[in-house]
Amino acid sequence: MSTLSLDITLERPDFALSVTHAFPAAGLTAVFGPSGSGKTTLLRVIAGFEPGARGTVRFDGALWQGPGRFVPPHRRGVGYVFQEPRLFPHLSVSGNLAYAERRARRAGRRPDRARVEDGLDLGPLRDRRPAQLSGGEAQRVAMARALLTDPKLMLMDEPLSALDAARKDAILPYIEAIRDRLGVPILFVSHSVPEVARLADTVVLLKAGQVAGQGSAEEVLSDPALAPSFGVREVGSILTARVTVQHDDGLTEMALPDGQTLFLPRVAAAPGQPIRARIAAHDVILSRDRPEGLSALNVLRGTIAELRRGPGPGVIVRLRVGDADLLARVTRRSADALGLREGLACHAVAKTVSVAAADIGLGTASLSP
Amino acid sequence: MEWPELGPLWLTVRLAAVTTGILLVLGTPLAWWLAHTRSRLKPVAEAITALPLVLPPTVLGFYLLVFLSPEAPLGAAWRDVTGAALTFSFAGLVVASVLYSLPFTVQPLQASFETIGRRPLEAAAALGAGPLDRFLTVASPLALRGYLTALVLSFAHTVGEFGVVLMVGGNIPGRTKVISIAIYEHVETLDYAQAHALSAVLLAFSFAVLVGVYAVNRRFPVHVG
Repeated sequence: MSTLSLDITLERPDFALSVTHAFPAAGLTAVFGPSGSGKTTLLRVIAGFEPGARGTVRFDGALWQGPGRFVPPHRRGVGYVFQEPRLFPHLSVSGNLAYAERRARRAGRRPDRARVEDGLDLGPLRDRRPAQLSGGEAQRVAMARALLTDPKLMLMDEPLSALDAARKDAILPYIEAIRDRLGVPILFVSHSVPEVARLADTVVLLKAGQVAGQGSAEEVLSDPALAPSFGVREVGSILTARVTVQHDDGLTEMALPDGQTLFLPRVAAAPGQPIRARIAAHDVILSRDRPEGLSALNVLRGTIAELRRGPGPGVIVRLRVGDADLLARVTRRSADALGLREGLACHAVAKTVSVAAADIGLGTASLSP
Repeated sequence: MEWPELGPLWLTVRLAAVTTGILLVLGTPLAWWLAHTRSRLKPVAEAITALPLVLPPTVLGFYLLVFLSPEAPLGAAWRDVTGAALTFSFAGLVVASVLYSLPFTVQPLQASFETIGRRPLEAAAALGAGPLDRFLTVASPLALRGYLTALVLSFAHTVGEFGVVLMVGGNIPGRTKVISIAIYEHVETLDYAQAHALSAVLLAFSFAVLVGVYAVNRRFPVHVG
């Protein structure tokens, strides 16, 4: 597996980026952190847009930046998707794509125009001008254009941040397709937990210009200790399950790795396919006894692994369900009334409809056994 | 109306064309540098570029006369190489006009380059385009309006030049007697018929050029941003 190793510092009057880290260059790695934590600057350093950064950048054995060496951005072979599409207004969609393709071929790479255009459904847009595209369409073209450089590494800087929720939902499957079908390693900057939960294999947490942690998306997002970095309302956990039955009433039945059953609103996937679903901690109810007569379909058995009290009235409870973690956020009062403690067997209730379509994504190859 | 004597008109057009051509070649890198530099020298460079806008043409002409004369190092070097003096010659007029019209090329180009900003250029770099490639395929087409404005203003300004030409070039038929000098001379000698004719030609020409530019600008709008 190739890696991207950084050992760099960049001083700004009001901010300093200092990163020494080896990023996995496989699948989709989310660089996650609050606004102002240096995510965009980090991506710009990797692309070579910040000549003021000192230190070394190495990718796949090649030294991109080091003592006495600075490979300019146009020779690094990275694809960059910016927050705004940055299409060339004087060229058509087709012209924008050709711009990338021609230069990639000249550099001896082999972009597959037909495959990229099909993968991102660009057929009907080909003859349009950038000014005639919607925000979502323009960002799709920008992603296709970056892919047509046949990059060794894709850098995506919050490509969805300028889009409304509906457009975001429409474009997420395309990013999943890039991740799963084109096999390009992606570094994806985001400050949105649902986005990261749905897309990322690995999460690198960035805080005040420094790497604060790295782990699989499941580990990092389900770690109550890191909850304050996400904001307490964003806390949740990711469950991976396999589709077993598609029911006629619009529900998809799934099996968790430990055999328990999970019902989700219809997921377009074939039986046997792995699915990942994010369940927000504030949507989970805890009960000591198995509850009866409830409308909620999902009742999961587990054992309490950790209780974390914050400064507010809430407690985050980490429940071990098989090999997975499920987070629940309950009030301190309830936790005391139920006598919740580590090691206690307990039931978690999650409403099926509380899991939105945007929280459900296709599992990646790396997640399947 | 009497048929005008066209020699000064051709000389003027030649002078304006050569000057504009040189200015576009020299002004592009200067405007590019001014648009992108963070150097502390930028205000100084901008002030020097803008000087011809505020300086009386006679002042500029006077200094040029001093520096271009065969007694000064620059003028002497020119005479040693070409065998002719710079002052009171067509080449001298070109040098003077380039300086005099510099801001009319540099300022519109600099404004265009600043409007374009770094963003499309970074996008092009990430698509594998080197610096010259980025300039030719992204910056230049996006700065098309700026180029058009620079071209027209520099040309027109050179055509209308009077004071600097008079100081540096004098009034030598076929060599330095441009249209504005010719008109002045006709008025001085009370030959109003010739003055009318030349002025009318200049007026019609300027108007036609401007109409053409605005029409082209309207038909092929270049959206930047």
